[in-house]
Amino acid sequence: MSTAVATPPPPAGAPLTKKVLTADHPTWCPGCGDFAVLASFYRVLEKLQYPHEKIVTFAGIGCSSRFPYFVNTHGGHFIHGRALPFAAGISLGGDDLHVFVFGGDGDGFSIGGNHLTHTARKNVRITYVIMDNSVYGLTKKQTSPTSPIGFKSKTDPWGALDQPINPMRTLLNSGATFVARSHATQVNHMTEMMLRAARHDGFSVVEILSECVEFFEGAFDAAIPRKGGHWVLIDEKKNDGSPEDAARHDVSDELAAFQLAGQAWPGKFGVFYENKTRRTKNALEAELIAKTREKTKGATDLALLQATFAKLR
Amino acid sequence: MVSPNPPETSGGASASAAPRSIKDVVIRLAGNSQDGIQAIGGFLARLAGRSDQDVMTYMTIPSTISGGPSIFQVRMGTGDILSAGDRADMLVAFYQHSYDAHIGSLRPGGVLLYDADHVKPVEGDHRFTNVACPITTGTIEAVGGTAKDKGKNIYVLGLIARIFDLEVAKLTQLIRERFGGKNEDIVRNALLAFDAGYAWPQNNLRDLFYRFEAIDRATAVSGRPQVTLDGNSAIAYGFLAAGVRHGAGYPITPWSSIMETLRTELPKYGGVFVQCEDEIASISTALGFSYTGNVAITGSAGPGLSLKMEALSWATMAEMPIVVVNVQRGGPSTGMPTNVEQSDLMQAIYGSHGDTPRVVLAPKNVEDCFYLAMEAVRIARAYSTPVLLLTDQALSSRIEAFDEPDLKALMVPPGPDRTERPADFKPYPLDRQTRHAPAGTRIASGKYPVVTGLEHDEFGHPTGSPKLHAQMNAKRREKIKALAATLPAPELSGDASGEALIVTWGSNYGPAREALERIRAAGVSAGHLHIRHVHPLPPGLDEVLARYRKVVVAELNDEGVYGFGQFATLLRARYALPSIVSTCKTDGLTFKVSELVAGVARHLGNATLESLVSQARPSPLATR
Repeated sequence: MSTAVATPPPPAGAPLTKKVLTADHPTWCPGCGDFAVLASFYRVLEKLQYPHEKIVTFAGIGCSSRFPYFVNTHGGHFIHGRALPFAAGISLGGDDLHVFVFGGDGDGFSIGGNHLTHTARKNVRITYVIMDNSVYGLTKKQTSPTSPIGFKSKTDPWGALDQPINPMRTLLNSGATFVARSHATQVNHMTEMMLRAARHDGFSVVEILSECVEFFEGAFDAAIPRKGGHWVLIDEKKNDGSPEDAARHDVSDELAAFQLAGQAWPGKFGVFYENKTRRTKNALEAELIAKTREKTKGATDLALLQATFAKLR
Repeated sequence: MVSPNPPETSGGASASAAPRSIKDVVIRLAGNSQDGIQAIGGFLARLAGRSDQDVMTYMTIPSTISGGPSIFQVRMGTGDILSAGDRADMLVAFYQHSYDAHIGSLRPGGVLLYDADHVKPVEGDHRFTNVACPITTGTIEAVGGTAKDKGKNIYVLGLIARIFDLEVAKLTQLIRERFGGKNEDIVRNALLAFDAGYAWPQNNLRDLFYRFEAIDRATAVSGRPQVTLDGNSAIAYGFLAAGVRHGAGYPITPWSSIMETLRTELPKYGGVFVQCEDEIASISTALGFSYTGNVAITGSAGPGLSLKMEALSWATMAEMPIVVVNVQRGGPSTGMPTNVEQSDLMQAIYGSHGDTPRVVLAPKNVEDCFYLAMEAVRIARAYSTPVLLLTDQALSSRIEAFDEPDLKALMVPPGPDRTERPADFKPYPLDRQTRHAPAGTRIASGKYPVVTGLEHDEFGHPTGSPKLHAQMNAKRREKIKALAATLPAPELSGDASGEALIVTWGSNYGPAREALERIRAAGVSAGHLHIRHVHPLPPGLDEVLARYRKVVVAELNDEGVYGFGQFATLLRARYALPSIVSTCKTDGLTFKVSELVAGVARHLGNATLESLVSQARPSPLATR
């Protein structure tokens, strides 16, 4: 399989279109929710119009983590659960890059759970999209960290016993500065959430409920109106001074976000929390460098190391 | 105060007697870790670096968090010092437990200098020259005030300076530099303690005065000044010189000081070092840096290296450059965290799943830590491959003096190469060396590459093709073989053929060189081969190994189920020579010269050589 096709390359500076951004044909099963996430992501990139070479699409392991092969940008496919620390290296090593990480619930909440906590804590400038299907799909139906109690899988044929992770609560608790939730059947909403996440200066996460039609059919029907479910959006505060605004959700209110996260299944969708004041690690490290260099009066690397050795004489 | 056990022959009777000339001396300082005995070693090392003496130190730090016994051994003398010395010529004992634990390390005729306020030596033991000095009260009287016995270490430094006729002006200058940043009282107290210690021998010792032989000017040296530092610092500075500006790590003994140094230094150079949540995140973040074209480093000790193995395998598959330091300590598991061992060799070479040919380098001494750190980065960049720098606990904390590197000639510029790649760019060409286009680089074709851990075609797309998997495996193997072909012949000392060849890697270099001298002095034809490029091996070794009756591989690991150490096992597999045998040990300490001589003697069946080892060698400090 090769992409060395004979089509002429787009001229430098040409607008990024879905056609330009499309790479390999996805290997997902027909009907998989992930197709819609990919389609929404193309729309996000079309709207953002970043320089093509500055976009990085990265992933760990899982069905959803095949994502980078389907997007024509710089990208990578790393090991299971460790995409976030790798992406932190990308973001801190190339501050002009726009880093997008895609992964599933196993990658993010199970094997990579500790990395999620610490990348959030550090507030590295990354946008992380978790395509949550509540099952291990690539390995063919084992219980996942978000599988509901009673879900029958090959590792729990009698129904899952363990309390599932509450993704919103976990993300809020970790210190992520942008936390949103969407659904793969809602393309416009997904696009809007990913767009806002990408524009957020810091570690931004969008959890997207994305159904695995093969191994957990109907998992998220409770939020699909045409299947009898309820699609309820978070009513965000507009700060318009109206009396009804007082009851709306203030995205900067962490406690209110926790309360939203505690609502009964399927809960609400939209932006749970956004913290615009906490500084990114990118900014803090840049400031540390600037302050240090002020002290050394911009000495060259050679002069700095020579001075270090002179002290060792 | 007079020595309770005065030397039987009281030579000069006065302190003004001419000092006796010695070539080198091994001083072991034994106390508790809060006594600052490491500082004494540091001062002596720095002094030696600024004088004509060479220096090597040996340090143990207890793995207890605070307090507890601690020793520092320094060997100083004229010319090349290769090892820390088997046994001490002088033992400075601060406490009874220091005396009890370390009196056995003193050579016959050596000097026991002990704190008369805390230590009672065994009565009637006339093997040594015993010197009772009231170190604690002497310090308290000198410094006064509320400092109590703080400053004992500097008092002892004064004692040593007088006994060995060290350069007082240089030492007091070092004290000023060391404490100058703090308040003036501290400098004054330190100098008071030093002066009191320096004055004591004059009135209390008779003929225990020595002076180091003058160095032969003709054989000295580069003209560059000497620097004095430990192995971990040398590695950190080697990375800076090599243009490394990014790294990530997680604390573990004895690696931590490398990450501490880089975290502190890198911002000056516009770089970033990230302290991660764990070992896996550390190597992942470092790989992320490398992916942006900033070749990065990470490191750990044995347990952490195990955790990094999955990501290391990815680095081989994705052909991503990275340097991983492993400061070896005693294993398995948590093992002996503050002791030395060389038992991570197989893990370093073969530790990952799948076929992962990769590069392993091992520095031979502190100076080499600097140069091999640079070499590791060069290879990682040139071959787009992971490189492991396999050092050890002994090198990490040992201080040596060596010629200051010629930084002007050595410095490598950092920075990613983001020049636009031509339309025919392929990340994984089968017929050429992989050269990644760092994220942020324009590709003229408009087709952007994916770096991946899946088996892939030349463009990075996943493939299940058996043919491609075989071809890509071959490609990853052949580039390491191509590197091997460029490696310099390793250092061969002594006889070019003969009875025995000692083969070493890592920090065993020094003791083996000294052992070689002793073996040849006993009339046995022998050589010593030291290997710094541990994997892949340099070319031409088969021909060298074949020239000796026995090839004795000395390493600090267990002889294993089949009776061979890890490197010996590799050499036997590679060269299929029955003459390759092992001398191994795992007592957590570096090789003594005598242990290596004994190992060679045993393999040669040479009784004369063996008897040589058991002969007690009197200390050069012995009174006549």
